[in-house]
Amino acid sequence: MQRIGVFVCWCGSNIAGTVDVKAVAEALKNEPGVVYSANYQYMCSQAGQNMIIEAVKEHKLTGIVVCSCSPRMHEATFRKTAEAAGLNPYMVEIANIREQCSWVHKDMATGTEKAIILGKAAVAKVNLNAPLTPGESPVTKRALVIGGGIAGIQTALDIAEAGFPVDIVEKNPTIGGKMAQLDKTFPTLDCAACILTPKMVDVAQHEKIRIFSYSEVEDVTGFVGNFDVKIKKRARFVKEDVCTGCGACVEKCPMKKIPNEFNLGMNNRTAIYIPFAQAVPKVATIDANACNMIKNGKCGICSKVCTAGAIDYTQKDEIISEKYGAIVVATGFNPISMDKFDEFAYNQSKDVITSLEFERLTNAAGPTAGKLLRPSDLEHPHTIVFVQCVGSRCASCAEKGKEYCSKICCMYTAKHAMLTRDKYPDTEVYVFYIDVRTPGKNFDEFYRRAVEEYGVKYIKGMVGKVSPEGKKLKVQASDLLNNKQIKIDADLVVLAAAIEPDKSARPLATKLTASMDTNDFFTEAHPKLRPVESPTAGVFLSGACQGPKDIPETVSQASAAAAKVIGLLVKDKLKGNPCVARSNELMCNGCSSCERVCPYGAITYEDKEFRMPDRTTKVRRIAKVNPAVCQGCGACTVACPSGAMDLQGFANNQIMAEVDAICK
Amino acid sequence: MQVEEYKPLIVAFCCNWCSYAGADLAGNNRLNYPADVKIIRVPCSCRVNPMFILRAFQRGADGVILCGCHPGDCHYTSGNYYTRRRMALLFSMLDYLGIERERTRVEWVSAAEGAKFAATMNDFAQKVASLGKNKRLEDLRCKK
Repeated sequence: MQRIGVFVCWCGSNIAGTVDVKAVAEALKNEPGVVYSANYQYMCSQAGQNMIIEAVKEHKLTGIVVCSCSPRMHEATFRKTAEAAGLNPYMVEIANIREQCSWVHKDMATGTEKAIILGKAAVAKVNLNAPLTPGESPVTKRALVIGGGIAGIQTALDIAEAGFPVDIVEKNPTIGGKMAQLDKTFPTLDCAACILTPKMVDVAQHEKIRIFSYSEVEDVTGFVGNFDVKIKKRARFVKEDVCTGCGACVEKCPMKKIPNEFNLGMNNRTAIYIPFAQAVPKVATIDANACNMIKNGKCGICSKVCTAGAIDYTQKDEIISEKYGAIVVATGFNPISMDKFDEFAYNQSKDVITSLEFERLTNAAGPTAGKLLRPSDLEHPHTIVFVQCVGSRCASCAEKGKEYCSKICCMYTAKHAMLTRDKYPDTEVYVFYIDVRTPGKNFDEFYRRAVEEYGVKYIKGMVGKVSPEGKKLKVQASDLLNNKQIKIDADLVVLAAAIEPDKSARPLATKLTASMDTNDFFTEAHPKLRPVESPTAGVFLSGACQGPKDIPETVSQASAAAAKVIGLLVKDKLKGNPCVARSNELMCNGCSSCERVCPYGAITYEDKEFRMPDRTTKVRRIAKVNPAVCQGCGACTVACPSGAMDLQGFANNQIMAEVDAICK
Repeated sequence: MQVEEYKPLIVAFCCNWCSYAGADLAGNNRLNYPADVKIIRVPCSCRVNPMFILRAFQRGADGVILCGCHPGDCHYTSGNYYTRRRMALLFSMLDYLGIERERTRVEWVSAAEGAKFAATMNDFAQKVASLGKNKRLEDLRCKK
């Protein structure tokens, strides 16, 4: 028989406000196995934990029930407390009477009644708990960073600086991500390339970092400390280690009419190309869909002009298998498609552009060499209208846009408006906004400067319609503060498109079994206390894949993720989860039902000799679970027809006991 | 004669990674749902043995709901697919026994869907309450 102690937490007034904690402690005193029951303001505090430790010693407790917040919050805390008191940490169960009781019920009587029942269920479970010992597994001291934007770059550099090897997988031919496309960065207006490209070079030259560009993660198996990853290195038809990046092939390539992705299709590139001058790795890539040699076997000019002999038209996709201890997701974001926003005439006029396109137009390395010219006729625009929140904060138009705030648009629009007025003071600049949101260091000052020093005209209200008429764009909008309709003849309209997670994120999340929210942003293990870890152990989050972020925030999160990875990789061994499946040898008949449903291949079979009652021996085939591979889902326990398979920590009889306690 | 208001007894099995976290989020956001719903945490929805559900009905539960990660999002890659098939089979058998379909449900609730969790529980509790007491499988001997 267990000797159970029940500890009911008030959580200040969080629990005690809706649950009569003393009545709960009193009611649970009479449950079978309970020998001690107490309540305290904050069970998780030092004093509360000491109270548990002392009670364990004084009353010789063998099991603990804590009625408190969610086990997702403090299960680990109370397990450590039990350990400190000399108990097995797995002799602790939590009754969740905060998130699932006091916070969702308003009435004291019902709250108390439910808390008692939840407490009884936990007591019934602890009565059947058995001490568990976790197994240990070694840690592969190498990290994988998926995505080579500023988030991935910063994470990789920080991990590598701590002495651990890092691989970066980037789907594009070069690292750099969205930041490489930007012109200036707010609120300091330093140029993006000037601060990013040195970091890209650092990555390329770091002895601990390998870059797999033009590559994708194909498959992920394993678990924290021991991931097995297959990386698909797509054929770029250029030998990376031979190409010098001289660009001779690019000059001579006859296929010159392919939209340049880096400039968002505003100019053209060749079939063999280097995305931009500072690309890392600086090697050419052949676009197989555009190259005449690869499609039809006719051309071959690039291989003739390549003095290094780097062109290889027969190159095939290559699969690289590598082991990693930790994985960082840094897949970033993209602006949403403007196809559904007909009212802004994005697809009808070349002079309606997105903010990222505007960024390329003002970039010295962009299609207009930094001169602000209308894409349609390359004339200087005199009136520019910026439209904010295109697809952001779109609660009523969820089929078109996103419900959330994209966070960065207010600031980059202020930047665009300010820079335009600075370079071309004769230009009239209007910004239509719902709200101007500028939290962040020096952000509001920056916005005020755009308005007060640079004379940018901010108008509260949404643009209803943009219609191209001749060379002009007729903009119809409402001015909410003056309660009137306005019409502006604009030369250029810039849409602050909402941002969304990269399309590669969803399939990647499935491969990593990391969870996502409804908008396909990765969810963090805890929104406040574990913001850079995913709920899947060993998978970390960096940058805009977790939510819209500007560069300073992205870099902070990237470094934070790196710190977490380093903390994991310095360990030589990791304690596993002891809540794994176990087969009862005497009951198992070796039918393989469990093996078939196991998603991890953790179950194998072996022949074992059994002594029979008549003293003869008999060899039988029985299932064996590898505890290092088993993740403890419990699929096998239900599949087992003889009831031989059970899950430690969530055993059949334990869950049955909980059901019984609840249904009493 | 005064009739006491009928309160259904509902057992909710929630997977640790998505639905239990979704229930926590409902709590964080103070979204109300009936106290008749009592949650049991399981590592994965596929841990729920049909026996647990039968046992709950036998012991007097009026409704049993099983919540897991959305298809494709299972923390254990495929556990919820097993759940979906097993429960389809179990529910059709319960139907055959005369347990109304509305007393059982499988619902996918992610860790980010606190509002969906509360809405689901409200809806389910209302459905079960409208059906009244479950008598078909209740075994009065269990109450002793």
